[in-house]
Amino acid sequence: MNLKTLWHRLGSPRWLYQMSGPWIAVLGWLAALLLVTGCIWGLAFAPADYQQGNSFRIIYIHVPTAIVSQSVYMMLGAAGLVLLVWRMKVADMVLATAVPFGMSMTALALFTGAVWGKPTWGTWWVWDARTTSMLVLLFLYFGLYALRQAIPRAETAGRACAVLALLGTINIPIIKYSVDWWLTLHQPATFKITEAPSMPPEMYLPLLVNVLGMYCLFGAVVLAGLRLEILRRERDTQWVRQLVEARA
Amino acid sequence: MNFDSFSELLAMGGHGLYVWLSYGLSLLVIVWNVWRLRSERRRFFREARARLKRIDSAADSR
Repeated sequence: MNLKTLWHRLGSPRWLYQMSGPWIAVLGWLAALLLVTGCIWGLAFAPADYQQGNSFRIIYIHVPTAIVSQSVYMMLGAAGLVLLVWRMKVADMVLATAVPFGMSMTALALFTGAVWGKPTWGTWWVWDARTTSMLVLLFLYFGLYALRQAIPRAETAGRACAVLALLGTINIPIIKYSVDWWLTLHQPATFKITEAPSMPPEMYLPLLVNVLGMYCLFGAVVLAGLRLEILRRERDTQWVRQLVEARA
Repeated sequence: MNFDSFSELLAMGGHGLYVWLSYGLSLLVIVWNVWRLRSERRRFFREARARLKRIDSAADSR
């Protein structure tokens, strides 16, 4: 299938619904497998940090949630752009469904960061560039959620959320480079595309496994949410009726 | 394993509370995300069935 036909098929909710079913199962089980492996590996088998001791094991959950929370937002920004430029229905559905997942991942990254900060920095919270920009990300998610609730007309709500999602993407490079641009208490990035990790493999491999697992979870959750949105919006079509009757 | 015993794994060299609290809450949040989608999907089919029945019986009585 070439790109152009894929683009057109993305406009077909029925095709998306049927295609996404098996993907959700595969990604869901892959996520479970990877996350269980990565967590056990990181918690019990990775060596302790020579400075931080065992509190550093929080990294195996903190970094994956933080990375995915930003990826979800980038996806929302892209969906916002697609909705504003091409008025694609699927983009609106993605924009509507992925907010709670992204919000919960951001909250987790902030929470695990605070819990890691207490024994490591001696404080739950500092107003440094990294933590503050992550808090801004959480508020952007709150904003997207509240905006949709506040506007009764679905189409207007979708466009308003698209604009907010798109504008909010400015925050993503700020989060990413905050540890380089400003003097922060937060340590620099663990993974960089251009350099080898500063950790030994027995420390970073479990982290890599958990990051991959969290991306699989991201895929499964977004696709499952997308399917639900499709059902709700297409409930009066023949094929959804048949689906409902078949389940009775 | 990096620890000599299970109790040492639990203690995490004195950081047990911090580590297990992080992992515990994360598990809860992941489970919540999956549960939320499943229950909403079930609710959709429940309500859609009831709605179809209503529409059909309205059509029959006409």
